Amino acid sequence: MLAEHVSPAGAEIDPKLRTDGLWAYFNGTAAVKDISLQFAPKRVTAIIGPSGCGKSTLLRCLNRLHELVEGASVSGEVYLDGRSIYGPDTDPVELRRKIGMVFQRPTPFPTMTIYDNVAAGLKVGSRRYSRAELDELVEKALRDAALWDEVKDRLRDNPLRLSGGQQQRLCIARAIAPRPDVLLLDEPTSSLDPAGTQAIEDLIQELKRQYTVIVVTHNLQQAARVSDYTAFLYLGELVEFGPTATIFTRPRSPRTEAYITGRFG
Amino acid sequence: MNRRLRRRLLSGAFIAATALAAVLVLLPLVLILFDLVARGASSLNLEFFIRNPRAPGQPGGGVANAIVGTLIIVGTAAAIGLPLGIGAGVYLAEFGHGKMGWLVRFVADVLNGTPSIVIGVFVWTWMVRPMGHFSALAGAVALAVLMIPMVTRTTEEIVRLVPGALREAALALGYPRWRAALSVVVRTAWPGIVTGALVGVARIAGETAPLLFTALGNLNFKTDLLEPMQTLSLQIYVYATGPFAEWHRLAWGAALVLMMMVLVLGLLARYVSRTRFSGGR
Repeated sequence: MLAEHVSPAGAEIDPKLRTDGLWAYFNGTAAVKDISLQFAPKRVTAIIGPSGCGKSTLLRCLNRLHELVEGASVSGEVYLDGRSIYGPDTDPVELRRKIGMVFQRPTPFPTMTIYDNVAAGLKVGSRRYSRAELDELVEKALRDAALWDEVKDRLRDNPLRLSGGQQQRLCIARAIAPRPDVLLLDEPTSSLDPAGTQAIEDLIQELKRQYTVIVVTHNLQQAARVSDYTAFLYLGELVEFGPTATIFTRPRSPRTEAYITGRFG
Repeated sequence: MNRRLRRRLLSGAFIAATALAAVLVLLPLVLILFDLVARGASSLNLEFFIRNPRAPGQPGGGVANAIVGTLIIVGTAAAIGLPLGIGAGVYLAEFGHGKMGWLVRFVADVLNGTPSIVIGVFVWTWMVRPMGHFSALAGAVALAVLMIPMVTRTTEEIVRLVPGALREAALALGYPRWRAALSVVVRTAWPGIVTGALVGVARIAGETAPLLFTALGNLNFKTDLLEPMQTLSLQIYVYATGPFAEWHRLAWGAALVLMMMVLVLGLLARYVSRTRFSGGR
């Protein structure tokens, strides 16, 4: 564990999500090492670091997706609103309904229409919605994902007809439709062109009004543009964590400085 | 320059060799189809489709009993075999990582290589003998046993083609494991699964050996699953080996009809698979 990452950032308010001594393994090899991090509510926290530093794995521990990979395991704790998500009384399926996730590549369900994609998370929950309620929630999710105007006349279309950027915004709409507490974005723009990237970045700024957003990115400019807090991971360890402005202008760790100035990674 | 010429010649030679192989593969199929149409088409009249066989040696008669019998037995076999085969295939692809999966896969592969007549004898031992008589049901079971490992393995292969990212997306959305498997992964793979199923049905439609000890055959028109029943393949077997010219004529006709059935199933499978299995990009 490194002393230099200790930082009061984000501690002024109760964190929405918090990890405590989190380790993640693939077949016994640690990919995430003893990470303790706090994610402030309705803020954007960026997780940066070179490829293979464990940032995606860390993200996937936060909605218990990591443990579904064969040979994967987790130790340590993650708290959502102060409650352990790895505790015996937490149902991972229920948990995942409270924590939305968007992946590197757009993953619309190809057998469902655009409308049904957005409604998918609503239909799978324990609550039953009426047709009118569904219509309303789907529209709201699409509006919040800044996609409504582009798809409102083609809700019954196949989502694969959309552009890559639109597909990714559709996936964001699908993730936020059930109104989760936290939104996890795993390199959401890495497969998009500059215009698509711009749209998603603007959207992240909007989304933090309502959601706690955690975004993994290998794009440093993106982290600087969209996030309030930044965590720098290297070889599975947390090197530094703090307000984004501080991390990018006055990093404490020489390794953070070397990374953000482009000397490695 | 010399080397370039050499390469061109070699390239040309290999292309010609593969083209020759392709033609040789097609040749038997074309010959069979041609022969069947040439010899069988003249037998196909209304009587052929709506009459049952006459007494041996008498002219006329048809194979209505065999056509209906084929539909009944193959349909019953599909009703038994497809749910089991597809279910097992989905299990293997989605949950079959452990020892159980290995075992099922191994058994399916062994069963896939088992000669169909052995399966006929097996069903005779365990169904026909205890029941005391031959039956269409026993024939259907034999065909189902033959079909299940084929359908299982093709289903598994197709479901595996669905990108893992789709499954993860569903799980991240709060789908329970089984529901992610069924309503996202299997649904995405469905056209491919249907194609595999149709190919499986087409494959058993013409089987004869497993029916010899089970469905047995019947000269009369039967629809009762518990009685012996005629199929086109059994009819062809009996008529083609019989002494009468009239029988031979009917056998050619029956062969043509059977071939057409299989062809239609094959075309249907082609069509379904073209309606697009679009598992992400």
